Amino acid sequence: MKPYLLEKKMSESTLETVREIMIDVFDVDDDLEINPATSAEDVEEWDSLSHIRLIVAIERQLGIKFKNSEIEGLKNVGELVSVIDSKLA
Amino acid sequence: MTYNVARLPWLASKPEGYDAQIRAARKADTLSGAALRDFATFALDLDSALKLAKLIETKRAIIAPGPLSPLRLAILSSSTTSYAVPAIVAAAPRHGVLADVYVGDYGQTVQEVHGEGTGLQAFAPDVVLLSLDAISLGLTRSDVLTQDGIVEAAAQQIRWLAEGIVARIGATVIIQNFVEPADPWSGHFDARAGGSQLAMLRRLNRSIEDIAADINAVVLDVDRIAGLVGKSVWSDRSQWFMAKLPYALDMTPLYADHVARLLGAIRGKTRKCLVLDLDNTCWGGIIGDDGLEGIRIGQGSGEGEAFLAIQHYALDLKRRGIVLAVCSKNEEANAWLPFDSHEEMALKRSDIAVFVANWTDKATNLKTIAQTLNIGTDALLFLDDNPAERARVRQMLPEVAVPEVGDDPALYPLAIAHSGWFETVALTADDAQRAEQYRANAVRAEAAQKLGSLDEYLSSLEMVCSIRPFDETGRARIAQLINKSNQFNLTTRRYTETEVAALESDPSVFTLQIRLADKFGDNGMIAVLIWRADGDQTWVCDTWLMSCRVLGRRMEEATMQAVIEGARAAGIKRLTGHYLPSAKNAMVAEHFGRLGFTRVSIADDGASVWTYAVDDYVMKDLPFTYETVSAGEEDVRIDA
Repeated sequence: MKPYLLEKKMSESTLETVREIMIDVFDVDDDLEINPATSAEDVEEWDSLSHIRLIVAIERQLGIKFKNSEIEGLKNVGELVSVIDSKLA
Repeated sequence: MTYNVARLPWLASKPEGYDAQIRAARKADTLSGAALRDFATFALDLDSALKLAKLIETKRAIIAPGPLSPLRLAILSSSTTSYAVPAIVAAAPRHGVLADVYVGDYGQTVQEVHGEGTGLQAFAPDVVLLSLDAISLGLTRSDVLTQDGIVEAAAQQIRWLAEGIVARIGATVIIQNFVEPADPWSGHFDARAGGSQLAMLRRLNRSIEDIAADINAVVLDVDRIAGLVGKSVWSDRSQWFMAKLPYALDMTPLYADHVARLLGAIRGKTRKCLVLDLDNTCWGGIIGDDGLEGIRIGQGSGEGEAFLAIQHYALDLKRRGIVLAVCSKNEEANAWLPFDSHEEMALKRSDIAVFVANWTDKATNLKTIAQTLNIGTDALLFLDDNPAERARVRQMLPEVAVPEVGDDPALYPLAIAHSGWFETVALTADDAQRAEQYRANAVRAEAAQKLGSLDEYLSSLEMVCSIRPFDETGRARIAQLINKSNQFNLTTRRYTETEVAALESDPSVFTLQIRLADKFGDNGMIAVLIWRADGDQTWVCDTWLMSCRVLGRRMEEATMQAVIEGARAAGIKRLTGHYLPSAKNAMVAEHFGRLGFTRVSIADDGASVWTYAVDDYVMKDLPFTYETVSAGEEDVRIDA
């Protein structure tokens, strides 16, 4: 396991799932690179509109449902993945 | 898999590599309307729809519309349209429309309509979608007693906006109604508590129907869409609080398809004919193998009743003018057997306008059916239980609507009903008769074979012709013909019902609506003409369209005679005709020449200009009797 995954106790497979959903939702090339520190500022297509589509796509694909309190104020991909993992656990 | 209407289950799933094809199209130098229609005719989720919309927006300048009818749509909304707009752009080609969408300034609906020099006016939309929400109209609170004037004020506001759009913009209006809440306030008593949100929105929705009837607007019945999917899933409270989404994000493709189907219906893209397969579509089993006693149809078994329901659904469609045809792989004699001899069949021989049962491939047979009915293959919807046949027809004739129907016949009628391919924005008395007219045409064709000369045949038809200027009675049907006639149409100019209404009182135009009846039945309205004055002595033909159903009956000559009569009465000396070629109207390239016009010019694309000296015309004896118009109206009777 990569060190940052160990540190934050997140799963690499969730990170990859999020990456794949982002490619589809943001309509970007397959080689999109993200890591736990990636935030909306790093991805041009990640704006407030596509963010909602991203959240809904994650809910649909993984069969989970977020509360607004869980997704408001998310700062980066790492925090998003942690919330997802807590739901899947 | 369960039937989930929000996922547009009547459309095929998008194929492997769909996104890659869209990306490739973005890099290509050309983009055709046909390609967009094909891209759009899948069950697209919102993310895919947005990709298609992006393709359309980036290539808009170079798109060759082809089969798509370009349409300018303005949306005036009091809630977010960020997702709906691209979804509508992506859904429109599915219903034959290339939509260019303008979104009014947020919260500025009144100013956009009633102000001066606004963005809406500059955009010059063909259609305006008025989508207000209950909050912006103050309808958020429930009370026991009726809240004074609040519903009336909301209705008044909507009427003022809709009338303003018609009068000031000249566009067709679509008024979106309101979702009547399913969540209880007091419970089952809600509807009777005059001040409850439910009671108020019900009253408002009823007012919207009245407004629409008064000004010929179209209603987008979003309350019914919400009911169709289920109001508990239509909106998502969490998404509402997070982003003020008026309905759940995943409902966007369904909402957009409903807007798109109305746009298609406004443009006359509605399908005209339901083509039915027989074995395992109209009855259970195979008539050729199982025989009359072996097939399952009618009362007594769930399966038989499901097939009977399909037949009743087809008859429901026929009653509003959808023509029924049969396309089956069978021996013809076998295929007719149940129609003629099975007591439980709801469909009878006389319900089917064209019956094709043979072993030829279905794409070829569908073309034959369209030709026999004098309609395009893009006016067909083909119902077949066999996935291989459906795939083959989609591949060979992508313009034919072919609903996915799964393997449960109980669901077949839903696939057609939910698809919107038979959507209509008006039903006229003519619609009720249309299916019968097509069938009567087949009878006439037989009569023609038995009789000798064409003139004898025409005389035997006992044709009665009614010729009148445009009026309110004919308005809806005139607009319908203007928007859907493709083949016998000299200029293919489209006008909205509002524009047609304006012509009725315009002194600088000469209009004709012509109806034809004969001993086999009433053909309804079969010709629409608009001539515009050019100086004191010349009329220019703006629109001349006729129904292909009455070709070969000297109707063109009778129409010409009516124009001459009108021209002479108005002191007109010269008629100018224009032919503007389209993908479908080659049959009328020589129309004016056949009527004795002289060609003045012809352009490289085939567009031609023709002229005729009114004094040269000699009145003809034609095989019609003419019905004079009722007293008080202008008399345009012409002598036979």
